[in-house]
Amino acid sequence: MSETPTLEVRNLQTHFFTREGVLKAVDDVSFTVRAGEVMGLVGESGSGKTVTGFSVLGLVDPPGRIVGGSILFKGEDLAHAGEERLRALRGSRIAMIFQDPMMTLNPVLRVDTQMIEAILAHEKVSERAARDRAAAALAMVGIAAPEERLLAYPHQFSGGMRQRVAIAIAMLHRPDLIIADEPTTALDVTIQGQILYEVQKLCRETGTALVWVTHDLTVVAGLADTVSVMYAGKIVEQGRVDDVLDRPLHPYTNGLLGSVPSRNRRGQKLRQIPGMTPSLLRLPEGCAFRSRCPRADQACAQMPALAELAPGHLARCVHPHLETAGA
Amino acid sequence: MSATGQDAAAGAPAMRVETPLARFWSEFAESRLALLGLALLTLVALIALLAPLIAPQNPYDLNQLDIMDARLAPGEVSGDGRITYWLGTDGQGRDMLSAMMYGLRISLSVGALSAIFAMALGTIVGLVAAWLGGRWEAVIMRIVDIQLGFPAILVALILLSVLGQGVDKVLIALVIVQWAYFARTARGSALVERRREYIEAASCLDLSGPRIVLRHLLPNCLPPLIVIATIQVAEAIALEATLSFLGLGVPVTEPSLGMLIANGFNFLLSGYYWISVFPGLLLAVAIVAINLVGDQLRDVLNPRLRK
Amino acid sequence: MLVFIIRRLLQSLLALAVMSLLVFVGVYLIGDPVAILASPDATEVDREQIARALGLDRPLWEQYALFVGEALRGNFGKSFVFGQPAMGLIFERMGATVELALVATVVSILVGLPLGIYAGLRPDGIAGRSIMAGSILGFSLPTFWVGLMLIMIFAVQLGVLPASGRGEVGSFLGLHSSLFTLNGIVHLILPATTLALVRAATTIRLARAGVREVLHMDYVKFARAKGLPERRVIGVHVLKNIMIPIVTVTGLEIGSVIAFAVVTETIYAWPGMGKLLIDSIVNLDRPVVVAYLIVVLFILVMLNLVVDILYSVLDPRVRLGEQKG
Repeated sequence: MSETPTLEVRNLQTHFFTREGVLKAVDDVSFTVRAGEVMGLVGESGSGKTVTGFSVLGLVDPPGRIVGGSILFKGEDLAHAGEERLRALRGSRIAMIFQDPMMTLNPVLRVDTQMIEAILAHEKVSERAARDRAAAALAMVGIAAPEERLLAYPHQFSGGMRQRVAIAIAMLHRPDLIIADEPTTALDVTIQGQILYEVQKLCRETGTALVWVTHDLTVVAGLADTVSVMYAGKIVEQGRVDDVLDRPLHPYTNGLLGSVPSRNRRGQKLRQIPGMTPSLLRLPEGCAFRSRCPRADQACAQMPALAELAPGHLARCVHPHLETAGA
Repeated sequence: MSATGQDAAAGAPAMRVETPLARFWSEFAESRLALLGLALLTLVALIALLAPLIAPQNPYDLNQLDIMDARLAPGEVSGDGRITYWLGTDGQGRDMLSAMMYGLRISLSVGALSAIFAMALGTIVGLVAAWLGGRWEAVIMRIVDIQLGFPAILVALILLSVLGQGVDKVLIALVIVQWAYFARTARGSALVERRREYIEAASCLDLSGPRIVLRHLLPNCLPPLIVIATIQVAEAIALEATLSFLGLGVPVTEPSLGMLIANGFNFLLSGYYWISVFPGLLLAVAIVAINLVGDQLRDVLNPRLRK
Repeated sequence: MLVFIIRRLLQSLLALAVMSLLVFVGVYLIGDPVAILASPDATEVDREQIARALGLDRPLWEQYALFVGEALRGNFGKSFVFGQPAMGLIFERMGATVELALVATVVSILVGLPLGIYAGLRPDGIAGRSIMAGSILGFSLPTFWVGLMLIMIFAVQLGVLPASGRGEVGSFLGLHSSLFTLNGIVHLILPATTLALVRAATTIRLARAGVREVLHMDYVKFARAKGLPERRVIGVHVLKNIMIPIVTVTGLEIGSVIAFAVVTETIYAWPGMGKLLIDSIVNLDRPVVVAYLIVVLFILVMLNLVVDILYSVLDPRVRLGEQKG
């Protein structure tokens, strides 16, 4: 298990240079994902989790750009790779699945066009062979009569079906890494389950590493091996999924878990985190969470470092919930 | 990406506290081109307004004209040595600079007046259509569609051939050509606004229909109407010039810029370029200035384009 | 699809009938053609004779009924001035106008589309800003003045291009066009450029706005995430989406290009139907004006139909028959 990890992000900084000032969407983020492993990247909207995903693919739109850190994909630094190299990796070695399946497929192109072009962008095969592979990929994600469905336009599919097509496209080249950006939030719960199962199975079979971006801790619980929790552009807690979910160290993670309805706490009042995510343009000095944190005091005016407070379990907090973690 | 966008938007208003007008101005002033347009427009409007005071000559006063001075090149001095024709003279010995200043008055006032009248008419029709709904709305909007489907220049041509020449006739024709744009825009934004909650709230308070339309709907429909109006002023000026050029616009006795250009057309091939070129340049500057301002207004007033 | 086309055609016929009435009544109100046709020293009897010969002594409704009856048989009356069938006069000159309008439209797309896409991809660059500034000039400058300036520069000062007339017309595969002779093409350059300017400016703006909107769509990002080369992302994924509004607007605007050819034809003495219209308005040649308007109306209606069909071809989400009315 000492081989190079599939993805190792170190001190990544992605900033947006807007009219109102510099927006530090991703600020000093580090994590590691090994082959066959699933990492949940958890955070509210605006926490920088999506931008982190796009940074790995080199798809950050201006005025945003990566200003620091490194993204090691199987040892190769993508943060400093050329556009042509990134293009060669995108879709073939690193694939991405988007949040809204209604928007990810081009409405005016047939499904076969969109699948075949994805194959031909990376491999020199005949159109015929590419079409066969596209059909096989559709069959793999559970779409019936794939040959026929290839000729359809995206609007002729339901949302769940479209997400299956997007997943099939992501899996076309058996990538080493898939970044999935909340791929199930826009779907019905039943479809959500099917898609989760589908992706999990495919990753197990192919040994693909998976970064699952989500705001939903319940999804992470059933799927991920490790979790990184992001808040205001920084990682606030990181560790194995059981450690983080059972013994959260950071008050934010704790608050997130408390606001999830659960069968075990039926009848109890749901807790909520007071206040709103602060604007990334006007972050307070020190810990960004302190204005909403029940444990905050003067000491929190200094930004704490991400520290290993239990074996393999990191948190960025002055007053972590060590009493539970110790148990 | 969407997440960061929201944060940027949420962060902006609280950054510095500004009045809506100050914010509007700071956004407008972001484009240097728009500022240039505004400066030019102010200059052009001032010239038109002050023409009788600053023009070297009254171009309509035939007693002041000397046919011996006809077609003098820019910079030449009149026969009696009284005026220098900085931009030359036309076929009747009229000082081009003065003729252009007076022509600008006519062009700008025709453009502005027709847009204002068309805006008033079109807005009323559009709001009434949106308020009445049902069959009336369908009929009104059908008429608007048909009118808009027909090229403006043709409608104006036919109308003017029916009405005859004259500044008032041109105004009528331009208003008839333009009202439909305002009607469509007014109805469109009224429909959007009508679904908003504050209108529902106003209806619940049992305010009368006209009152709701005037006090609540109209102010909210104004931004898009103002944008259209700006663009339509430019359109109207160009259209009036074109019609005058074709011989169907304002009478020869009170030439607008378009008429001046048309008069110069015949001399153009003989090398007397200034009779056509200078009025054309002034016309172009006026229209471009208005469009530059209108373009930026559209960007600033359109919330959809705001980041 | 067929049902849709038939229904649209019937609707169009109705629109045509209504418009012809409006046009007829409108044109009827224009002055008295007899006053222009008769010589200044004609007696009252002479005038009445002329009026009777032209059918102008009857009441308006009778004239309209006669007009419709004849029109249904393809007879749109004779020109008061030329003494020839009005429709024939229009058809003789229509070729020249349509040629001018189509060449101008094609030129405007060939020029406007690439420039607009470029400006959309690099909105903040110097080139992108210059293109936008140019497009504001393009639709601000009055067509007729641009025409005059082009004549002044290229015909008078430089003397490289002819300023008036259509030049030689060649024929190829039964089509007659200036495009088939060098002389014809040379004569076409200035008028077509003049007419294309406004359309090119509009195409630039449409393309730029389209690119800027589509670039932010998830499907473009997804196309990039698939590792497609940039030229395929722009050339296929973006282009196919922005073409929908561009084709629609350009198609619908061909009618207004034909209308604006009135101005261009007057400046360049281009022997098209636009110049005929201006002459006929000045001479109160009522049948020719009516015939012109009916032809233009027909072209507009046809363009609408073609654009609707094209729209459904370009955008698979639109199914003909179940939309609009």
